[in-house]
Amino acid sequence: MGDAIVVTSGKGGVGKTTTSANLGTALALLGKKVCMVDTDIGLRNLDVVMGLENRIVYDLVDVAEGRCRLQQALVKDKRFEELYMLPAAQTKDKHDVSPEQVRDMILELKKDFDFVIIDCPAGIEQGFRNAIAGADRAIVVTTPENAAVRDADRVIGLLEQSQVASKLVINRIRPSMLKTGDMLDIDEVCQVLAIDLLGIVPDDEKVIKSANAGEPTVMDPSSRAAIAYRNIARRILGDMVPLMPLEDKTGMLKRFRKFLGIG
Amino acid sequence: MTEKQHITIKGVKEGLVFLLDDRCEFSALLDELHYKLEKTHQQLLSGPLIHVHVKLGSRETTEDEKDRIKSVLRQRGNLLVQSIQSEAEQVSAANSNKQEMKVMSGIIRSGQVVTHDGSLLLLGDLHPGGSIICTGDIYVMGTLAGMAHAGAEGNADAIIASSLLRPTQLRIAEVISRPPEEWMTGDAAMEYAFLQEGIMQVDKTTQLFRMRKDPIVYKGV
Repeated sequence: MGDAIVVTSGKGGVGKTTTSANLGTALALLGKKVCMVDTDIGLRNLDVVMGLENRIVYDLVDVAEGRCRLQQALVKDKRFEELYMLPAAQTKDKHDVSPEQVRDMILELKKDFDFVIIDCPAGIEQGFRNAIAGADRAIVVTTPENAAVRDADRVIGLLEQSQVASKLVINRIRPSMLKTGDMLDIDEVCQVLAIDLLGIVPDDEKVIKSANAGEPTVMDPSSRAAIAYRNIARRILGDMVPLMPLEDKTGMLKRFRKFLGIG
Repeated sequence: MTEKQHITIKGVKEGLVFLLDDRCEFSALLDELHYKLEKTHQQLLSGPLIHVHVKLGSRETTEDEKDRIKSVLRQRGNLLVQSIQSEAEQVSAANSNKQEMKVMSGIIRSGQVVTHDGSLLLLGDLHPGGSIICTGDIYVMGTLAGMAHAGAEGNADAIIASSLLRPTQLRIAEVISRPPEEWMTGDAAMEYAFLQEGIMQVDKTTQLFRMRKDPIVYKGV
């Protein structure tokens, strides 16, 4: 029996789909059998980020309404043998499936896969309820901004009500802004949200570039975000991986200057 | 019939008052009522229309039980039940005004609302976007960063105390106040908010004795 993890945030645009795609790929990279499920019906993007848009035949609503079997709707990734995706419908609405239907699908997928990564839509309405219905645990993605943290807090509360344990990923951290104090501190965010931190992901232009190319960032080991996602995937598997340093190593002279207070 | 009488019938100006004992079984009460009406007080209870008031003492009764008393009395055509009174209801109403303190632990997150009739002690944080609404006082052992409304039904003497008072908004009774324009000390000390002549004030909790002082009994000194 596999593990179903929902990736959610409340606020839109913080990187749910990016995180889903990269974690799914990273877990596949580590040799796990993974299925990604896009529950953002009507506004699907996971297929675009994964570069699998042109391979979709059936979708999640087709399965729910019995037009095809679950296995028929799964799209196999072009890079990994053991990575699949269940796409959302683009022409339908979030109300066209019920949480029970999604739960049944996730249960069935859990039999065949080690991990089921569920990409949740923004908001806390029907789409959110669908996405968390079958989840064993949750990854709450936030960015170091007040608005995103506030929405994450709301979502964590809702997940607690549904008895889904959640862990935090802080996305799009800009070390330079952290240094000047213009961005919320990681410790500050963790303290406010009071849940375990699963990982931090630095802001990286390569994420946008590779998403446009339909290639998950994790495939590019030169990207700092890629390393961060790989670390998160290892932590999901239970490895103890320290948080990556956000700054490049500072030179001896610089550290000495800092110590003297003139740096 | 019974050694002890459970029912006393008194004549007053308006009619009759039935005083029912509040310690015996309810069924015994009904039996005795039957017995009295049928056997012992026949003469008294026949004749012209009489208004009846039933007093239950401190017995707690359901509506169903009240109806059963009424139906027994109605069997005598001339008895008109005017009222059934129980002191228990008045007592319980008075108790709820006494404000019981509720202790809860956890985090109140954005979008979550905790309401309580009485005072509340929260062991944990109140996050921005979350709210606590109480008819009594609010004490938060943790950071109060959301909205707290004490004395929600108009009790202007209620206070809001917290280990770290960083609210988005505070309300006591009808008064709504928000930092930092109106007040914000920036101290990391335990503080409490209260109303002084209708204006929200904040002070260190150690100063609370100025408005509330409970007698302290020294022992063994």
